Amino acid sequence: MNKNLAGTDLDVNEEGYLTDMTQWTEAVAEAIAAEEGVGPLVEGHWKVIRYLREQQAKGAALTIRGMGKSGVVTTKELYDLFPGGPLKKSSKIAGIPKPVGCI
Amino acid sequence: MRDLLILGAGTAGTMMANHLRRRLPRAEWRLRLVDRSEKHLYQPGLLFLPFGDYTESQIVRNTRDFVPDGVDFIHAEIGEIRPQDHEVALANGNVLAYDVLIVATGCRTAPEETEGMLGPKWRVNIHDFYTLDGARALREKLASFPGGRVVVHVNEMPVKCPVAPLEFTFLADSYFKKRGIRDRVTLTYVTPLSGAFTKPKASKKLGHLLGDKGIELVTDFVAERVDQENDKLVCYDGREVPYDLLVTTPTNMGDEAVRRSGLGDDLDFIATHKHTLQSIDHSDVFVLGDATNLPASKAGSVAHFESETLADNILRHINGEALKEEFDGHSNCFIESGDGKALLIDFNYEHEPHEGRFPFAFGPMKLLEESRLNHLGKLAFRHVYWNLLLKARPLPGISRQKKAPPAAAK
Repeated sequence: MNKNLAGTDLDVNEEGYLTDMTQWTEAVAEAIAAEEGVGPLVEGHWKVIRYLREQQAKGAALTIRGMGKSGVVTTKELYDLFPGGPLKKSSKIAGIPKPVGCI
Repeated sequence: MRDLLILGAGTAGTMMANHLRRRLPRAEWRLRLVDRSEKHLYQPGLLFLPFGDYTESQIVRNTRDFVPDGVDFIHAEIGEIRPQDHEVALANGNVLAYDVLIVATGCRTAPEETEGMLGPKWRVNIHDFYTLDGARALREKLASFPGGRVVVHVNEMPVKCPVAPLEFTFLADSYFKKRGIRDRVTLTYVTPLSGAFTKPKASKKLGHLLGDKGIELVTDFVAERVDQENDKLVCYDGREVPYDLLVTTPTNMGDEAVRRSGLGDDLDFIATHKHTLQSIDHSDVFVLGDATNLPASKAGSVAHFESETLADNILRHINGEALKEEFDGHSNCFIESGDGKALLIDFNYEHEPHEGRFPFAFGPMKLLEESRLNHLGKLAFRHVYWNLLLKARPLPGISRQKKAPPAAAK
């Protein structure tokens, strides 16, 4: 599926998650955040987004616990920054896949 | 004489002992298998035990009955793994040297990781079913449960057999119907993920099940603590879910020996190559089953498919050949959907669960669809497990790598 955000053509899945994390730019992040009702993005958001992209690039599993332990943000702050769905919203804005179960 | 050492005699370790004893010459290789328990638990049975559908004798056997001739079983707690010294210290002080090490130490539930989960009401109105003790206590609790708010909860991912809590919810719906008290019970499923079903095909096909069964869903819920005084789960964002009976799936972590050895991540899972099953940090250490950090399900079927690739790779490693990058994350699970029916799913790292037929082109089983046959398949699987799977005998029609989904299912 294709989508144009912030003047960029993006490959996305049916739920709007980027399928190619290299197409991501900060402007794309701002645009997705606006769609998700998050933001405007401040330093706290960017710290989380950068952390998520680094972990994803390393192939590491993304967990709320890992984020808390990394010192980037506490779980409570994560809910404040990305209200309603901290993991699913932050990963969507960071241009990485949604955390899923097996079905 | 060289030494191959396997840590853990659960599903994964037992299968590896059986594979490798057949393939490594006895005159050259000694095989040793270590576990803290002398009992082997058929873990899928824990899902049924609380509802009185299985007895303990059907799901617990002697570990030694599945250890092949020519493998020394050592009943001991593991102290520390020392890859730099090629040795494992046991808690009793003995030290086992190895040439090749296989770590199959599995995962455990860690209720102590959540504030307020353990406490005076643990196993009073806060229960779990991932341990034999827990499943047994829950069976007693359910038998006398008069009705009220039943909350089935997943604390954080990843968990062993990730769909089991949802199956438990479906089976609880059937159970309370059978007891004639379903109208006095509310059932709520609480998950840290964005839904009970998170993958598009499964969600589209199965999303109706929750509504049909009157199950309430609470998503994106990460529990900050369990409030035992007021009987409620509290989320980091302030949401609260009250319960009369909480059936929780605590945080899952790798074995404590992994932490003591400094070999794991935040959750004590070991960094493992996702296609070869070699440890990322130590070339003569291999990891399979629930102990890995792989983005595959923590499930017996995954350990089974991994064991076939790993057996080949151990031989290649010993012969100085390049390892096969073969394991594809293949997983295959029956999912109880209640009322005597079940689903069957088949997926891997790349392909989400899809429709189609299994294991052959004609079936007889259908994927991602409720049927009585699938339920019977799940029940029959217990015999397959004891008689074929643990002994690492081939399962007809079932290949280690996933068969590509039919084009029609795309």
